[in-house]
Amino acid sequence: MYEHIIVERPRPGVGLVRLNRPKRLNALNQATMRELATALTEFAQDDGVRAAVITGNERAFAAGADVNEMVGKTSVDMLQSYRFKQWEVVRTFPKPLIAAVSGWCLGGGNELAMSCDMIVASETARFGQPEINLAIMPGAGGTQRLTRAVGKALAMEMVLAGRFLTAQEALDHGLVNYVVPPELYLEKALDLAEQVAAKAPLALQLAKEAVLKAFELPLSEGLEYERKNFYLLFSSQDKEEGISAFLEKRRPEFKGR
Amino acid sequence: MGYETILYAKDGGVLTITLNRPDKLNAANDTMLTELQDAFKQAGRDDEVRAVILTGAGRGFCAGQDLASVEERLHGGGRMDYGAHLRHTYNPLILRIRRLPKPVIAAVNGVAAGAGMSLVMACDLRLAAESASFLQAFVRVGLVPDSGSTWMLPRLIGMARAAEMMLTGRRISAQEALEWGLINKVVPDDALVEEANALAGELAKAPTKVIGYIKRALDFAATRPLDEALEYEADMQELAGRTEDHLEGLRAFLEKRPPTYKGR
Repeated sequence: MYEHIIVERPRPGVGLVRLNRPKRLNALNQATMRELATALTEFAQDDGVRAAVITGNERAFAAGADVNEMVGKTSVDMLQSYRFKQWEVVRTFPKPLIAAVSGWCLGGGNELAMSCDMIVASETARFGQPEINLAIMPGAGGTQRLTRAVGKALAMEMVLAGRFLTAQEALDHGLVNYVVPPELYLEKALDLAEQVAAKAPLALQLAKEAVLKAFELPLSEGLEYERKNFYLLFSSQDKEEGISAFLEKRRPEFKGR
Repeated sequence: MGYETILYAKDGGVLTITLNRPDKLNAANDTMLTELQDAFKQAGRDDEVRAVILTGAGRGFCAGQDLASVEERLHGGGRMDYGAHLRHTYNPLILRIRRLPKPVIAAVNGVAAGAGMSLVMACDLRLAAESASFLQAFVRVGLVPDSGSTWMLPRLIGMARAAEMMLTGRRISAQEALEWGLINKVVPDDALVEEANALAGELAKAPTKVIGYIKRALDFAATRPLDEALEYEADMQELAGRTEDHLEGLRAFLEKRPPTYKGR
């Protein structure tokens, strides 16, 4: 059982992780990250889960790393703590992953949201990387993913000056997919997850991989990577089903094969 | 409530907030601005409050920023940082009124000048006594209209009239304000309290939660294109459809009886 998260299956094909340390504004301590990694690993292996959502509560998605765990730590302590191992589980999660963000989404919280494939934000969401105020800096992708998402000028201001973005600003700058009223953000995220979960799992996996490669490879290699995944899908049963259903004007039934 | 410069009085579902520095025509000093922010915060938290009246004690509604308190600062050799002042006081107050998910009625008993007029405009509905008047006083002391004036006034009365008020600082009567669409109704001076209470009493029986959604939808639509406003209406309607009061409204309609709304 989990102590810091709640795991649910709220919709067909959709797994949900709620970060649940409300008194700490869902600060991501190591125990929480371990539990999150365990839950995602289970989702990854479960054919019944075809898309996943991570959320917090209305007040905070996650207000950062747990600063208490950093007091007195040396660089060697940090290096040996194995603390970023769990983040690799998030990064390599093979199925569509959506962050449903309301309230504070700061530091490690923002890095976690950006590690997801899409973000649905409540009007109340606030995004930032305020590590600089503690004389530290982002360590779980904040300088890299944020820059890719919003561009250099704004990323620099967020990382160096600690500027927060409103939900609308995050939308305007391409950090999030939707901004919706706070009463509805989780439902919208689950709607989106359910919509995605109805697609063919193998196509989702290979398409997600290919999009992520766009941030890693030069264009020519990225195009080749894409093309190979495209060819690969032609050996799937679901591809036959998808194309037949389209031509026969009926709903496809995908099996993940 | 231990306020110095305002009165906070609840009667049934109606909360009346009275600006209470009558010897200064209720000009807003720092204490009043802090207290108003707090009062509107309380109004939001208190589920018993389902309608709010904002009015003034004595002859005036609110003469705007208390310039005496600005002058004191200048005499102390200091500088008045208007930008910081607005950001800390009026700006959050105006947003708090606009975002209060309950109806707010201005009962304008006398002059509403400068930021005092902004307070009136931030309310949802405006009643004025015959002797009330309105002016964009800012230019008279060499300042720019603030506290949301430039956003709210042209939306209420159009750009031409807003510019006229702002550039000349001319005072308009309650009757003129009514003709221009700045306010909803003019009533005899001695009937203002009664009329405001009657209107607030009606609104306190309304489906309060839904009124909050209507306010949100209106403010959203004020700055967005039609397609986004349509989407936002759909979201708000989804929420309204889940309220107890909506079900009550449906039932009452079908049973041909007046509804009893609980504000939930």
